[in-house]
Amino acid sequence: MAMMKIMKKCVTSAALMALSGLGMAATELTVYTAFEAEDLKRYKAEFENKNPDIKVNWVRDSTGIVTAKLLAEKENPQADVVWGLAGTSLLILKDEQMLETYKPVGFEKLSPKFRDNSAETQWVGLDAWMAGLCVNTVEAQKAGLPMPSSWEDLTKPVYRGHVIMPNPNSSGTGFLDVSSWLQMFGEDKGWEYMDALHENISRYTHSGSKPCKLAAAGETPIGISFAFRGAKEKTKGAPVEVVFPSEGLGWDVEAAAIVKGTDKLDAAKKLMDFAVSEDAMRMYNVGYAIVAIPGIAKPVEHFPENAEELIIDNDFGWAAKNRKDILSTWASRYDGKSDPK
Amino acid sequence: MTTLTLNLLSWFNGLSETDRTIRLFVQLGVIGALSVAILLPLFSLLSKSVEDSDGHFVGLDNFLTYFGSQGLQQSLSNSLFISLVVTLIVVVCAFLYAYVLTHSRIPVKGLFRFLAMLPLLAPSLLPAIALIYIFGKQGFLREWLFGAEIYGPIGIVMGSVFWIFPHAFMILYTALRQNDARLYESANALKTSAFRTFMTVTLPNARYGLISAALVSFTLMITDFGVPKVIGGQYNVLATDIYKQVIGQQNFQMGAVVSLVLLAPVLLTFVAQRYVESKQKVTVTSSSKPYLPSKKLSRDLLGLLVCLPILASMLLVVGTAIYASFVTYWPYNLSFSLNNYQFDLMDGGGWASFGNSLQMAAWTALFGTLLIWFVAYFNERAAQNVLLKRIVHALAILPMAVPGMVLGLAYIFFFNQPNNPLNSVYGTMTILVLCTVAHFYTVSHLTFLTALKQLDKSFDEAAESMKVGWFKRFINVSTPLCLLTIVDVFFYMFINAMTTVSAVVFLYSPNTILASISVLNMDDAGDLAPAAAMAVLIMAACASARLLHWLVTELISRYLQPWRNRAV
Repeated sequence: MAMMKIMKKCVTSAALMALSGLGMAATELTVYTAFEAEDLKRYKAEFENKNPDIKVNWVRDSTGIVTAKLLAEKENPQADVVWGLAGTSLLILKDEQMLETYKPVGFEKLSPKFRDNSAETQWVGLDAWMAGLCVNTVEAQKAGLPMPSSWEDLTKPVYRGHVIMPNPNSSGTGFLDVSSWLQMFGEDKGWEYMDALHENISRYTHSGSKPCKLAAAGETPIGISFAFRGAKEKTKGAPVEVVFPSEGLGWDVEAAAIVKGTDKLDAAKKLMDFAVSEDAMRMYNVGYAIVAIPGIAKPVEHFPENAEELIIDNDFGWAAKNRKDILSTWASRYDGKSDPK
Repeated sequence: MTTLTLNLLSWFNGLSETDRTIRLFVQLGVIGALSVAILLPLFSLLSKSVEDSDGHFVGLDNFLTYFGSQGLQQSLSNSLFISLVVTLIVVVCAFLYAYVLTHSRIPVKGLFRFLAMLPLLAPSLLPAIALIYIFGKQGFLREWLFGAEIYGPIGIVMGSVFWIFPHAFMILYTALRQNDARLYESANALKTSAFRTFMTVTLPNARYGLISAALVSFTLMITDFGVPKVIGGQYNVLATDIYKQVIGQQNFQMGAVVSLVLLAPVLLTFVAQRYVESKQKVTVTSSSKPYLPSKKLSRDLLGLLVCLPILASMLLVVGTAIYASFVTYWPYNLSFSLNNYQFDLMDGGGWASFGNSLQMAAWTALFGTLLIWFVAYFNERAAQNVLLKRIVHALAILPMAVPGMVLGLAYIFFFNQPNNPLNSVYGTMTILVLCTVAHFYTVSHLTFLTALKQLDKSFDEAAESMKVGWFKRFINVSTPLCLLTIVDVFFYMFINAMTTVSAVVFLYSPNTILASISVLNMDDAGDLAPAAAMAVLIMAACASARLLHWLVTELISRYLQPWRNRAV
């Protein structure tokens, strides 16, 4: 009888241990991201392989949405880590004091352009993505459109109704376009340019990759999107060419940070360490031609190698500081017009 | 002596003091539950609309900002205009279709009726997606638009007509079927022309049905968000504005303001609707005779000529969505593939979202049906306090006047307050279930009321005088007798929970993302074919549920309620 009792006790405690072991294995991180959806599974698997005791739960949306969501949840944050959001957005979050100070292992290896160099390091860059035009050659030919080579070209009357671009209020790509035009052309000229472009836009999409996917599917001849998306669609067999407008390309870093107030700080730090590791860089490089640690990136299929020379000298501080004003000006100018044609 | 009087009195009322107290408490409990599910969230919404982003009271400032913005005003007029157009088209089509089905002898009427209900099984996003494949830049019928653009009002109207059609059709079919045969016999005897008969008998008799169908269509259109979101292009309407304000800019205050602006026309049509319904009841009397159309080939051919194009366009929409979901790369590679069903590689929620949807729909159906049935029964047959009864009834009717998105937004405001004790349900499956139950509460409640009205009160009176407790009566008498209605409501809840977008679009979390939301997100990301695939999957699930519904109903009426068959 006593024997039975002892055995029972052993079994119970073993079960309890197993249970608590399971509990430990499942530190779940809620990670907000604007990474491309198709990359999420791969990134998650790579990280969880190296950190089997942590599980990543993605919350993905377009850059603008994720940013707005984080800001809206300021009082009651739901995210533990932000992994894969525009640097401009993280600057805003830093301003709002929503980020945890942490310098991940390997921070020094990152190119200075790709990290928060202030005394209180709160974010790190991972890779860069840049604007690009996706032109569907089949549809362009059908509509008799010449190949555009500059931003200015897109305002020509011949392209009327043939261009789709992302709404900067929701899309990070849309914002870096608008921000780069304002920086390259100057504020007044920049808005004038957008007025003219607006005449040719058939619609503004919510997501930054959608214009390119629409171009790939033949729904529009030209989509203002980002370069990586175009290369990807081309690889899939769509008749698209990626065009880099000659004036220069807007770009931004994709960055990572820990959200202040998380109760899973240790796991969050491990994720940050992984995010800037060389393995992670190689992982980003599958799609992105420019990554944060110099000398690692290999050329990407269908992606022009001179891309780095075309990117503008982006003033992220300016972009972050003026983001709100730029977006509301944009909305009042173009969002409300029911029919842009 | 006094004891005797008391005893007599309580015998007369059939209630002891404890029973009375219990019933009062149950009544209060019901009111409490319905308030949490409906009233308090709406109140939070209202208060949010007069606050700034830091929570300070700013009076009507937000409304002034709203009405000062030209873009937002444009949306209001767009919404009203497009809803009127859709209402007109839907009512005309549905009337013709219902008229042919009730006043002619075309073959396979059952099939016509069944297929007309098809849109109910799909989220409203499905027709919009299908229309892109039909009339988009690469659509196979794009020439039919003569160069016009499908992205915009044309697309919204077409897509909306598709999914609102069955709602209007059901109302009109019921109304037209109730036409009294005796009137037609008299008209015939007086040698009245067919046209005159139609104008003086058919139309006047169906007038309440017509008004009712128009009001329902208008409300469905003005509150729908799926179709304008997918195919609206730059044509902004109120529902997409709420989405943009809340999701796009996380401007919750402005979202609340637009919600209230949207609530106004909906409330108005709701009141009108209630008024019309109260009038409608008197049109059928016990001496009415159902109308049976006589044989007439020319009329039946004409009828087919009217119905077939309507049916064909509906089947075209559904068929296109199914076809597009199996195509490798529209329009450049039309070979068959299952790539679009690899949801885990796309934006949206992957296959897990479909599982979540099934789970959410099952819980909604189970919990919702039990709750609503209990409340309906209790309020009709056991509640004592008349004032509280009226309050419960009002609370049960209210959700119908609240658009899904508005309810969802109200839920965020109410449940995401850090000081709300129910805060922990935020971001869980529970809040999705709760919101969906509340959203579809009214129709279920009214369905139960109708069933209860058909149930002879003498059952309850007899049981009450024999001192059988109300709960026992509820379990042992009313529930078995109303089993078929309960099953109906269960499946109504299930299918609506599977297809709803608007009620849950603000409430899902990464772990509880739903299939219908996935459709939306995939379309947002430009993955149109996978979006079509998921919509098709939802439709398949709903069709299976519909089949199961039919089976269960058959089984019940055959084995559990054979007296029903005998009565018929």
